[in-house]
Amino acid sequence: MPREGNARKGALLATVLFALAAATAAVADDTPGVTATEIKIGNTDAYSGPASAYSVIAKLESAFFKMVNDQGGVAGREINFISLDDGYSPPKTLEQVRRLIEQDRVALLFNTSGTACNSAIEKYVNQKQVPHLFLGTGADKFGDYQHYPWTMGFQPSYRTEAQIYAKYILKVKPNAKIAILYQNDDFGKDYPTGMKDVLGDNFDKMVVTASYETTDPTIDSQITSLQAAGADVLLVAASPKFAAQAIRKAHDLDWKPLFFMTYTSTSIASVINPAGAQNAIGIISAGFVKDPADPNSRNDTGMNEWRDFMAKYMPGADTTDGNYLFAYAVSKAMLQVLKQCEGNFTRENIMKQAANLHDLELPTLLPGVRVNTSPTNYHPIRQLQLGKFDGTHWVPLGDLVTGAGN
Amino acid sequence: MKAMLNETPLVEAVANRLSPPIWRWLGIAAILATACILPFAISGYHVSQFSQVLIYAIAMLGLNILTGFNGQISLGHGAFYAIGAYTTAILLDKTGIPYWATVPIAGAICLGAGFLFGLPALRLEGLYLALATVAFAVATPQILKFKGFDSWTGGVQGIQVDSPAAPFGLPLNTDRWIYYFCLIWAVALVIIARNLLSGRTGRAMIAIRDHPLAAATMGVDTALYKSLTFGISAMYTGIAGALGAVLSAYVSPDSFPVLLSIKFLVGSVVGGIASISGAFIGALFIEFTPNFADQISKAAPDAIFGIFVIALMYLMPTGAIGIFNFIGVRLRRWAVAKRQY
Repeated sequence: MPREGNARKGALLATVLFALAAATAAVADDTPGVTATEIKIGNTDAYSGPASAYSVIAKLESAFFKMVNDQGGVAGREINFISLDDGYSPPKTLEQVRRLIEQDRVALLFNTSGTACNSAIEKYVNQKQVPHLFLGTGADKFGDYQHYPWTMGFQPSYRTEAQIYAKYILKVKPNAKIAILYQNDDFGKDYPTGMKDVLGDNFDKMVVTASYETTDPTIDSQITSLQAAGADVLLVAASPKFAAQAIRKAHDLDWKPLFFMTYTSTSIASVINPAGAQNAIGIISAGFVKDPADPNSRNDTGMNEWRDFMAKYMPGADTTDGNYLFAYAVSKAMLQVLKQCEGNFTRENIMKQAANLHDLELPTLLPGVRVNTSPTNYHPIRQLQLGKFDGTHWVPLGDLVTGAGN
Repeated sequence: MKAMLNETPLVEAVANRLSPPIWRWLGIAAILATACILPFAISGYHVSQFSQVLIYAIAMLGLNILTGFNGQISLGHGAFYAIGAYTTAILLDKTGIPYWATVPIAGAICLGAGFLFGLPALRLEGLYLALATVAFAVATPQILKFKGFDSWTGGVQGIQVDSPAAPFGLPLNTDRWIYYFCLIWAVALVIIARNLLSGRTGRAMIAIRDHPLAAATMGVDTALYKSLTFGISAMYTGIAGALGAVLSAYVSPDSFPVLLSIKFLVGSVVGGIASISGAFIGALFIEFTPNFADQISKAAPDAIFGIFVIALMYLMPTGAIGIFNFIGVRLRRWAVAKRQY
């Protein structure tokens, strides 16, 4: 009986196979996700899981496109923004992105979140030739226009940031002994790499490094050993909790190096105050997004535009969260790309326009920071403003600095 | 009271004679036929979801063998899944070994790893074993990021591999081929698990779960059996990991968080932990419920998922398979009762 069953099943299978081969040939569509009345945009973010704090970005983006629709949409079309949860798990991101592209048939992907998550979909998205724009990660590798012509980053990479610090150090302290404390992951590891880009062969001579895991209870011993190595410059590439510990420990050791802090850990609420504002005076960092706590921002046109939006479309949201400023800026850039398409929403044209942004200023980015892209530049923001902490807020230090990008 | 307790086995015995194996075989054939036709009834993205279901089912089958049949709790099976996935990814990345040959290699490596992990775990019982395994799951992503292994593991960036095409010129696209590839493995591993569990070895495993001392007295080498069970269980989960790497075409430390291990255990318990078919129901649950939760609420999908789990545990304390068995027993009893009159 089993043998006969198998034969029959085989025959059935073969029939279905042939029917299918015939059917697949007939499917073709010019611009998926775009109709006379609608443009579909896909997004993934971590609504659940350990990184769910980032989900505020996608929530703002949903609200932003609602505002765009209330104002009449783009080229007569409403934006249908479909944002799905990936729980910050790369295999889940791939599954959700496949759903977005194959089932929901979105025209493009926008600001998909997470370094590993974007790594998981990069290849697939480029095979499918779907625009994969303005990713939610500072990893340097996104922006490789030669190998991944459909994938474009957005914010300055951590590596660019480290390059800017290195240039500044060489200017003010050419004979410095530099200590780097970095988190042992994709974010932290970009900092030694960026330093090396600038210091070259002198890296081994000038730099000592120490790393930590996010599961470590403290970084006290690392700070102690970096001080003992005789460093007079300290660069801390740590997430907020450890950044605060580093500031405090350096103070406790009475160590007063030229202190640099990664731009991800400059929040006054979550880093500076826990470490003690007095202990943080003189720390240098870099930024490209405006500071909602800055008293000067009260009369800022761009910030007021953002505040009006927040009041109307995201009532009750925590307006001290810098992620909302970032999300507003990136959404504005997306809107600009869609406007530049002038009604021609083929995937080719969307990509062409994304690579055709010139000196675009965004309301929540620091004055002078301009978005520039070209077919050979997939790193839209390359500028950073150095700033020094004066005991209450960050004061600009010199002019905007442009990193190398790659 | 005593009569009632005795009643069940008697009714079962009669009922078993009433349900001839032909029905059972027809049921299995129907399920298999559905599984074979499925990829042609749904779109490519859904096919990949069902491939993931099969992969989770294999992983949980491994966990069921260990926890359900042998009574050892593991909160660390995500680690074996990761080892399997990385074995396949590294072999595909560094050597010319074809993808299908990497799967048994991943299984063999996990068999060894599981057996070795089982040896010290022998001294740990119940909760203490659970803690040791959770430590293993916590450590794995960090070990994968370790600088010394960077050249192999790709560090935090992970490894990208190519998706396989269907062999022998079969008219199947990649999605469907991967699905059938997973299905072949799932069927083979179910048959192996069934043979293993219904024979001498299975009886020894269950005896150790139910009464370790009595089992030892009966001449069961508990130490050997427990380590072996750990190894076999890890092998199943490792094979699932290898298939997962083929399906995603990408591995990274972030793909295997502690949460993955917990997800396996949740799926196993929801499906029915001491059963083979329960693994498949559990796999459907952990694959699709998060998507439903996401649709219901963007604010707290984790909480919605939690509510689903709690509700199911209240409604079906012995898992989904428990409900099916319960209904089955009732039906047969009803059939027996009808016959008597």
